Amino acid sequence: MRLKGLTLGLAAAVAATGIAAPAVQAADSQYFPLLTYRTGPYAPNGIPFANGTIDYFNYVNLKHGGVNGVKLVWEECETAYNTKKGVECFERLKGKGATVVYPNSTGITYKLIPNAPKDKVVILSSGYGRTDASDGRVFPWVFTAPTTYWSQASAFIKYIGAQEGGMDKLKGKKIALIYHNSAYGKEPIRTLNLLARKLGYKLTTLAVNHPGQEQKATWLQIRRDRPDWILLWGWGVMNQVAIKEAINTGFNLERMIGVWWSGAETDVVPSGAAAKGYKAGTFHAAGGDFPLFHDIKKVVYGAGKGFKDGEKYIGQVLWNRGILTGVITTEAMRNAQKKFGVKRVNGDQMRWGFENLNLTESRLAELGLKGFTKGIKITCADHEGNGPVLIQQWDGKKWNIISDFISPMQEVVRPLIEKSAAAYAKANKITPRKC
Amino acid sequence: MGEFWEFVLAPVLIFESWQFGMEVVISGLLAGVMYSLVALGFVLIYKASGMFNFAQGVLVLFAALNLAGFIGLGIPIPLAILLTIGVMILFAIVVEYLILRHLVNQEQIILFMATIGLAFFLSAFGETIWGSDVKKLDVGIPQGRFEPFGIQIQYLELTAGAVAAALVTVLAIFFNKTKIGRALRAVADDHQAALSVGINLRTIWIIVWAVSGIVALVAGTMWGAKSGVQFSLSEIALKALPVLILGGFESIPGAIIGGLIIGLGEKLAEVGWGPYVGGAIEDWFAYILAMVFLVFRPQGLFGEKIIERV
Repeated sequence: MRLKGLTLGLAAAVAATGIAAPAVQAADSQYFPLLTYRTGPYAPNGIPFANGTIDYFNYVNLKHGGVNGVKLVWEECETAYNTKKGVECFERLKGKGATVVYPNSTGITYKLIPNAPKDKVVILSSGYGRTDASDGRVFPWVFTAPTTYWSQASAFIKYIGAQEGGMDKLKGKKIALIYHNSAYGKEPIRTLNLLARKLGYKLTTLAVNHPGQEQKATWLQIRRDRPDWILLWGWGVMNQVAIKEAINTGFNLERMIGVWWSGAETDVVPSGAAAKGYKAGTFHAAGGDFPLFHDIKKVVYGAGKGFKDGEKYIGQVLWNRGILTGVITTEAMRNAQKKFGVKRVNGDQMRWGFENLNLTESRLAELGLKGFTKGIKITCADHEGNGPVLIQQWDGKKWNIISDFISPMQEVVRPLIEKSAAAYAKANKITPRKC
Repeated sequence: MGEFWEFVLAPVLIFESWQFGMEVVISGLLAGVMYSLVALGFVLIYKASGMFNFAQGVLVLFAALNLAGFIGLGIPIPLAILLTIGVMILFAIVVEYLILRHLVNQEQIILFMATIGLAFFLSAFGETIWGSDVKKLDVGIPQGRFEPFGIQIQYLELTAGAVAAALVTVLAIFFNKTKIGRALRAVADDHQAALSVGINLRTIWIIVWAVSGIVALVAGTMWGAKSGVQFSLSEIALKALPVLILGGFESIPGAIIGGLIIGLGEKLAEVGWGPYVGGAIEDWFAYILAMVFLVFRPQGLFGEKIIERV
């Protein structure tokens, strides 16, 4: 029996290597408010993600003495994945020198966006949040890199088309979307409907209410409709139950693809080996075989500076995603330091750093992440970057990447983004920037 | 048939394919049994103490967490089950010692609020002891399905039905045929009167909380086998509430019959009407169904009608 939860908080403090967030920020440090969720029903997802980012910050401090000598300091605030708590956390922490925030929830992202220009805090919502916020002309402070839900939905359709032998073979096929009945879950419907009209497949949408512990009626409808493919847009327990139901009803898991928030180790734990064949989207590699990760083990955990029991998360899907968040942030910060010739950067400078980020594959290799993800290039108008998506598959023990990078259907997604962003601008009396 | 009638009759039209119709019926009834397993824990405590135990959902989680945790430590399943039962009994003793004995003869709302506090404590305590990771719970319940006459039935749900039947039989015997059972009912009627005839209230409360804890273990095992053991398991209590409203808060048969009606009703509604209205209607439909019953029979189908003379 382990007093794990009790030690988590202590471990978090230890992991901070004594760099507790100062009341007044020192000139040689950069402060990050971290809205994390280590408690509540979504904690199994929140813990590895938060640990990934913190492990990376910790590593940068220990290995390199910070970013160009500027130590990274951070402060966690527990949101329990609750929008109201998340907003309270941000309001409490933003005045301490915050320049970037990761809302870690689509709901919280939506709430923080309207005030972002006033707060002068960059919102980084990698792979979640508002897809139309990728239009940097309307949302200068929001960054969705490296990809979004709409891009992912179109990439899934491209993948399914390829599996069926060509996009023309999609005509007449039946695709069911099982989605979390929330703003997050509804995000892909618009794109999938548009593509259904264009490509001729039949889309059935099946909503599942939070938390998704009981889905019998949904799977009865799957039994009745017998779709050729299922897309799962779930979160938390909804994923585990859906995968289990798919197994128990005999649906071919090779034809079931989860959103990247339905494709972590924690989602397949209750089914284990029986979930073999289940697929999910992602935008980075799975597994721990990268030089950076080996170095984190040595530098952070080897020195006893990591989370208690935290080493087990290294290489897990959500931990890897947390690492990517840390990498994008520090590279943007480095960018800003170089441009403005400063050590600690302010909100405006950080925003510039993000907007001009060009995280090349050779730079990723320098960081010990060769092949971890595709290069990310952000521009003034496009805050999403390249947006490519990978498909991974559970082999019963671990996730493996089984596809090349799939480029989203930009010709479909980008006009949707621009149209939606323009509507937002009009409704909120925003004059889009010229890029 | 016009579109209007197609919509109205949608739950009936499911039976155009009789195999599919039967699948919906069987799945609905078996899902209802799963709700009943959770509702039974509420009923036991309400029956013996007149207390609505807000912590019952967390109790289900706590029991499942302990069982999954012990199994995760490599303890053989039978021993892990015994250990978990021991934990639940110990928990009942602690609750009586620290909370209940201080609240004898208090208003029901005070008792209710005490269980709210207990729910939050227990949830955090479970997380502290066992961590937040999703845990696989495999106690040997068969997975998969069989398909007689083309009707798909899952082994897990069938097992839950059999377990619920056995549990209800044991509880019915316990309440109606044993001295302790009669004492429990006496306490439920009037604390003071029960005390005056020599019934030890504290012992009764320990027994009823322990039994409720064991029922929670059964419910947690069934639900945990389906979704893994994780903190959202505590929210399953929300599925038991309409069952209680419909079946009555103090009736064990009511919890079962209520569960069956709710399970069947919500599945027919979701599969039939759901596609017409965007889906995800089963949760609120269950409450609507319960409220309809409430209007005509406020004490629930099997609840006792309380007549107070003034």
